[in-house]
Amino acid sequence: MRALALKRHRRTAPFVLILVLLVGLTMAAYATQSRPAEGAISTANAIGEGQKLFAANCASCHGIGAQGQTGVAPSLVGVGAAAVDFQVGTGRMPLQASGPQAIVKDVQFNATQIAQLAAYVASLGPGPAVPDAEAVDPALGDPARGMELFRANCAMCHGSVGGGGALTQGKYAPSLWGTTPTHIYEAMLVGPQSMPVFNDANITPEDKRDIIAYLDEQRGAAAGGLKLGTIGPVAEGLWAWLLGMGIIVGFTVWIGVRSS
Amino acid sequence: MSDVKAAPPVTGAKHAAGGTANYLDERTSIGAFTKFIARKVFPDHWSFMLGEIALYSFVVLLLSGVILTAFFVPSIEPVVYDGSLATMQGIEMSKAFESTLRMSFEVPGGLLMRQIHHWAALIFAASILTHMARIFFTGAFRKPRELNWLVGFTLMILSLAAGFTGYSLPDDVLSGNGLRIIDGVIRSMPILGSYISYGLFGGEFPGEDLIPRLFTAHVLLVPALILGLIALHLFLVFLQKHTQYPGGGRTDKNVVGFPLFPVYTAKAGGFFFVVFGVIALLGATLQINPVWNYGPYDPSIISAGTQPDWYMLFIDGALRIMPGNLEYVIGGYTLSLNILIPGVVVPGLFFGALALYPWIEAWATGDRGERHILDRPRNAPVRTALGVAAITFYVVLVLEGSNDIVANLFRLSINDLTIMFRIAVFVLPVLAFILTKRIAMGLQRKDRELVLHGHETGRIVRFDDGEYIEVHEPLNDQERWVRVSYTALKPREPAPELNVHGVRRKGYRWDRFKAALSRFYFEDRVEPVTPAELEEAQDHRAPVAESEAPRPEVEKSTTS
Amino acid sequence: MSTDDVTPGGGIVEDEFTDPGIPTHHRPRRADVDPKAAKRAELQVAALFGVSVLGTVIAIWAYLTADVGGDNIAGVRNTTMFLGVGLFLAMIGIGTGAIHWAKTLMRDHDIVEERHHLRSSEEARAGAVDNLKQGARDSGIGIGRRGLLKGSLVTALAIAPLSVLVPAVGNLGGDWNVSKLRNTMWRRGMRLAKDPGGGLIKAADVTIGSVFQVIPDGLNELEEGKLEEKAKAVVLLIRMNPEDLKVQPGREDWSFDGIVAYSKICTHVGCPVALYEQQTHHLLCPCHQSTFDVADGAKVVFGPANRPLPQLPIAVDDEGYIIAKDDFNEPIGPSYWERLK
Repeated sequence: MRALALKRHRRTAPFVLILVLLVGLTMAAYATQSRPAEGAISTANAIGEGQKLFAANCASCHGIGAQGQTGVAPSLVGVGAAAVDFQVGTGRMPLQASGPQAIVKDVQFNATQIAQLAAYVASLGPGPAVPDAEAVDPALGDPARGMELFRANCAMCHGSVGGGGALTQGKYAPSLWGTTPTHIYEAMLVGPQSMPVFNDANITPEDKRDIIAYLDEQRGAAAGGLKLGTIGPVAEGLWAWLLGMGIIVGFTVWIGVRSS
Repeated sequence: MSDVKAAPPVTGAKHAAGGTANYLDERTSIGAFTKFIARKVFPDHWSFMLGEIALYSFVVLLLSGVILTAFFVPSIEPVVYDGSLATMQGIEMSKAFESTLRMSFEVPGGLLMRQIHHWAALIFAASILTHMARIFFTGAFRKPRELNWLVGFTLMILSLAAGFTGYSLPDDVLSGNGLRIIDGVIRSMPILGSYISYGLFGGEFPGEDLIPRLFTAHVLLVPALILGLIALHLFLVFLQKHTQYPGGGRTDKNVVGFPLFPVYTAKAGGFFFVVFGVIALLGATLQINPVWNYGPYDPSIISAGTQPDWYMLFIDGALRIMPGNLEYVIGGYTLSLNILIPGVVVPGLFFGALALYPWIEAWATGDRGERHILDRPRNAPVRTALGVAAITFYVVLVLEGSNDIVANLFRLSINDLTIMFRIAVFVLPVLAFILTKRIAMGLQRKDRELVLHGHETGRIVRFDDGEYIEVHEPLNDQERWVRVSYTALKPREPAPELNVHGVRRKGYRWDRFKAALSRFYFEDRVEPVTPAELEEAQDHRAPVAESEAPRPEVEKSTTS
Repeated sequence: MSTDDVTPGGGIVEDEFTDPGIPTHHRPRRADVDPKAAKRAELQVAALFGVSVLGTVIAIWAYLTADVGGDNIAGVRNTTMFLGVGLFLAMIGIGTGAIHWAKTLMRDHDIVEERHHLRSSEEARAGAVDNLKQGARDSGIGIGRRGLLKGSLVTALAIAPLSVLVPAVGNLGGDWNVSKLRNTMWRRGMRLAKDPGGGLIKAADVTIGSVFQVIPDGLNELEEGKLEEKAKAVVLLIRMNPEDLKVQPGREDWSFDGIVAYSKICTHVGCPVALYEQQTHHLLCPCHQSTFDVADGAKVVFGPANRPLPQLPIAVDDEGYIIAKDDFNEPIGPSYWERLK
């Protein structure tokens, strides 16, 4: 890197570095996103590696055999690969500190390691698997059906377009705008923490994809301008007072002041 | 201009204008009216324009509303959507909802008009409250304006009615749940609750009649009442002439300011365009009430962040803050005080006290005269403190009404917030009252100080005997007059209990109540400086008052 | 008219200060004394009016080039924005121009208008009383006279509005049959169906931690009153670990292997209660935050509601589908006066 920088003109060096960094980050992000499509890892090997990772990082709470400890952490037997991919892949696990609920933070493991952990936990008992790319492709879903399903099953906690909302005692339903389609799918399947389970009998795999398609529609620009957080009339009222009344009352002051 | 022969023989536009004026005047005597109105005086102050914001946003509401009615269908007849929005394809919805989507997404500028209409509604309600606060804190509701306060109060209530009926029209999930809450509150009323609910909805909730009924109320009934009362409101302002702040030459017998034509025609007329412009800018850039996010109404659906528009938020907050164990069954009949108190009693008392305030204060003052000079808020400490306490109470309820949003934003617990607000709703208004009263009286004392000792100049002088003193510059006549021209009212004494016959007279209790009220208002007071006090103060520091004289040696000047 | 009265040596000290009168010295504005400044202000005002013209042009251009419809969200957004900004400029230009004109160029000397007492003069008041007395005499209804006439008129006027009000109010409430609030369409043996979709639910489908949004099977096929029935009949179907479930006395056979069904309508003011936390088994209403413990008979644990959510007794039929055993145990939704009658 240093040699590279020295060869270039001094002024361009920082830009090159930033470019290299950006390309690297993009590739890393891409690698994370396309992870479920891989699958070239040899299963037996993966389970073995996963067990080692589990023993080092998870067993202190969940127990050596992932059977859980009462009052500390639940058993992971039968939760399936989807649960691991969701909890570890969004950074919720390993838990950093106890609180009302596990929070999203930097992901602690790389894609291979998460797949190995998932493979190990999946080997402990039958449970939901990580969905494939087609199952979560928003382009294949019907956003209108997704709207109906979302508002019947999800909007009460996550808000009408997935902006998130408060639950009891400091818990909350997070915003879904930054969540990947795979993680949305897995969350419905396994029901992490406060969230109920929406199994395939309740919301079918096609239904889940429709919901993903609906949420995908919300990521674009809004028709009416700035979204104000899409949290409804409270935000609108606040802006009506701060911005609307603020500007207009400012004008009244200008009108009332004598000109110089 | 009534005399045709007197019309000056001029040419062109002037001639045409003169001709038109003559034509009109001979049929309407508009000449006399114009003479009366053109140079009518209005005092100048920014706070006098707050009511105009309400008036102008109402005009914007009428203009944008007329455009919206061209596209809105007030019907809950079900249709299947086949318009341009991907997330609604094939969904069954009412015509009201479908037409709202169509005017938003398929009529160019339709969404802008909807957003302008909704922002204007929020500004309308906000400006009415702000205007009302100005009237309250300056005492502009005193005789002869009590009736106009009542007219304004009714307009405020009507603005809530206009807002709520309009908010519910698109038949979306958010407003539908709002209506359901209203239904729940109505049903809690003793004896008649269920019947009033049936009467409103045309049967069981949600029914088929409500949207058309709300539509008629929203576009005809409520706006007609508002227009009529605005006319009465402004007529009374013209008749009684505007109030004015204290100042040199301003008395209860005159009004000092600028003429309606041309200064106020330009200022107030221009201000209409400013208000319209700012609301247009909000409508152009900030999305409001995106009903396509909420979807068509379905009684099974709810979303996080279900709240009414801000002006109804305090009632929602009152409903939230109430503990649930106040429901009683008496003789088999259910009395839900846990709903009745926050949903009916609290707003009723709050608005009732607001409507009657001019008379309540008049009991305390016993004042019978016309008051056209406004109070500076500090010179009515108890009134100002009551106003701030009421606003504090209102704001606590608004915050409780937004508690889930606040909790989610700051990662707090809604339960903790609610418990905190349950305490705050009683404690904070009292604290606000005490604090405001003290601050107001502190400002009065500061005024006294300023009148007695003048402005600090930053110039330090040393006397022969070595004493240092800062030169104070006396206030000029105008500055002093603003600070001394008020009356610190004293508590009223009730007339003796026994009449000449030694019998307890009628009405004594009422008098005693008024005296107690008066003590509450006027027990603590700061009297304005009298000329005698000023003279004494000036005598005391006579050398300083004549500091320009050569006697003290000027040591140094500072600009601190 | 000045402080002469109160300065030392001025002689008599009065009880009150005297009004100094309207300030006479007047700070002239720049445009009052400098013709160049006046010219500049004039140009500024004209420029602001020019901004308004520009805004009108932008608005019309935005309308003519509007590209909306056909799932074109960006088109709607652009039209809204450009049309709105054009309108903003068109309005704010006129407004600020006119105000700037008034502030800089129009004469700014205070003028005084006298007020008159609002109270009419004594003669006018006396005249009004005389006129009314004269009118009363002319009509023959002076004090104490023609009581029958006055009484019958007042009565007629007082009750005449009823001829309009009775039919008008009478028609408002439909059939006025408020007893409909008591029952829902749930019947013994009616199957539970998913909302939306209407698919039937087998007990095996409801895994632990699941929550199903439920309507009565057949609701969507109703010809009339679909929304009214749905507003009452919606149910949440929840399964928890049977060990966590505290079965309520008298309701031992109302649940099935940890599966319970409760009304979704809040007993506070009727919002759909729907935020189910599967770990705590708490059900939260997003409207006013009443919280119900589903594991313990849906009793209120927090918030403004007073009563538990009504329970729908359920069972499983021969084909494994979940069915209702009866209607709810009590009227659903908010309390009302005659609820228990």
